[in-house]
Amino acid sequence: MKSAAFDYVKPKALQEALSLLEEAGEDARLIAGGQTLLATLNMRLSEPSVLIDITDIAELKGISVVGDSLRIGALVTHTEIEDSELVAKHAPLLKAAAPHIAHRAIRNLGTWGGSLAYGDPAAEWPACSLALRATMIIHGPAGERRISASDFFIDLYTTSLEPDEILVATEIPLASKQEVFYFHELARRHGDYAVAGLAAVAQKQGDVLSNCAFTFFSVGATPVMAKKAQDLVNGQKLSDELIAKAVAAARAEIEAIADITNSAEAKQHLIGVLLERGLKHMSA
Amino acid sequence: MSLKKKISMTVNGQLINAEVEPRRHLVDFLREDLHLKGPHLGCEQGACGACTVKVDGQIIRGCLFLAVQADGSVVETVEGLTKNGTLTDLQESFMRHNAMQCGFCSSGMLLAAAELIEQQPKATREQVREWISGNYCRCTGYHSIVDAIVDVLDARAKGQKIKPVVANA
Ligand SMILES: Cc1cc2nc3c(=O)[nH]c(=O)nc-3n(C[C@H](O)[C@H](O)[C@H](O)COP(=O)(O)OP(=O)(O)OC[C@H]3O[C@@H](n4cnc5c(N)ncnc54)[C@H](O)[C@@H]3O)c2cc1C
Ligand code: FES
Ligand code: FES
Repeated sequence: MKSAAFDYVKPKALQEALSLLEEAGEDARLIAGGQTLLATLNMRLSEPSVLIDITDIAELKGISVVGDSLRIGALVTHTEIEDSELVAKHAPLLKAAAPHIAHRAIRNLGTWGGSLAYGDPAAEWPACSLALRATMIIHGPAGERRISASDFFIDLYTTSLEPDEILVATEIPLASKQEVFYFHELARRHGDYAVAGLAAVAQKQGDVLSNCAFTFFSVGATPVMAKKAQDLVNGQKLSDELIAKAVAAARAEIEAIADITNSAEAKQHLIGVLLERGLKHMSA
Repeated sequence: MSLKKKISMTVNGQLINAEVEPRRHLVDFLREDLHLKGPHLGCEQGACGACTVKVDGQIIRGCLFLAVQADGSVVETVEGLTKNGTLTDLQESFMRHNAMQCGFCSSGMLLAAAELIEQQPKATREQVREWISGNYCRCTGYHSIVDAIVDVLDARAKGQKIKPVVANA
């Protein structure tokens, strides 16, 4: 299908984009990679009057190390993350996750910031940003504000971004030498959205994991942390018994939601399957 | 609202100046305005890959990219990449393996395969299958398509070229 008509502007600077957004109000949409937005426009699920193309704005680009954080600009594409040596070194979870996002032609345009701002609970980046305890840097009419990933994802496709705000970048603490991670998703076909997925990070000393973050995606309305399972595992010597307890805890604390093809029960089961594999992998 | 925008881009080596409606996506522009019929449209929602073209050296979904977004860019389609020889090995290999039936998916398959060969010259058969799963073949010719791509990877690894099916007289 073809989209309805709209106007198109391409500001060069962040301030200009923010002013345009404020002027145009509810009728405007930001466009970054367009890999979600243009599909919804083609299907006429949305008919904005103007697209504000933010891809010329330098402040939103680039991957860099700032102090003890890895800063990833909102416009960084999935492919750039997949291919980045800085990411491989400082946030290896992201490198492992990137190839699971759609296919290369889509990864070449789709962006980190677009994915976070869209807040799809089945998407890889929201879950990874939660597991990596990322901080979102947001600009709006009142200037800059920072918010942790754990407060950013509010509900289905709903984040704490206001309509007049732009996500500028994300900061992620640099991976320590002790950091271990596990990324896996169960999908019907490589590149499809997962039936259920897990992005997990922990600090490992001997056979003890601490500071665990087990983040599941494609199971609820937002990415979800298995907090009780984390508490059980933190600081304890990992054994088959402990893994079994953590698996039971994760299944009990997360209330999975069914999708078109998969029941809530099936997802609840897969949460445990993923966590068991993840814990075995991270403790190996 | 049909406010048109002035754009200019290089398509298959040629500088193009045009005026387009912002809502016109790149493949409609290439097919309808420039009469390049290589890139096809299937789903127009990013799922099938029939619309795959190259923009600034990377493959993209031409149905999820607006012609106005391509302003100032270098665009390449199967037509241009055929002429400059980029796809020759793949095309010969596709012919050898009969890796097409109706051919609707072929331009997208060739461009996706070319990027794989460039990015992952050591790709395994399994990786070829994963990569190409983003392009739908409605005639379900996947096996021969995968065979054809794997042959090109093998030949490249040995520093060889795929022999033409028909000798150039
Ligand atoms: C066939 C197909 C398969 C896909 N499979 C997957 C998958 O497996 N996993 C996955 O995670 N994704 C998948 N995607 C989505 C893809 O990853 C998108 O690129 C991504 O979700 C959105 O990023 P974008 O840059 O394309 O955003 P756009 O489409 O440009 O924008 C999406 C939304 O975010 C807003 N937005 C964009 N940037 C900002 C910003 N900086 N600040 C504030 N708001 C902003 C826009 O206004 C819009 O509402 C798929 C897409 C397609 C077409
Ligand atoms: S027509 Fe673009 S992906 Fe199907
Ligand atoms: S050969 Fe017919 S769609 Fe692939």
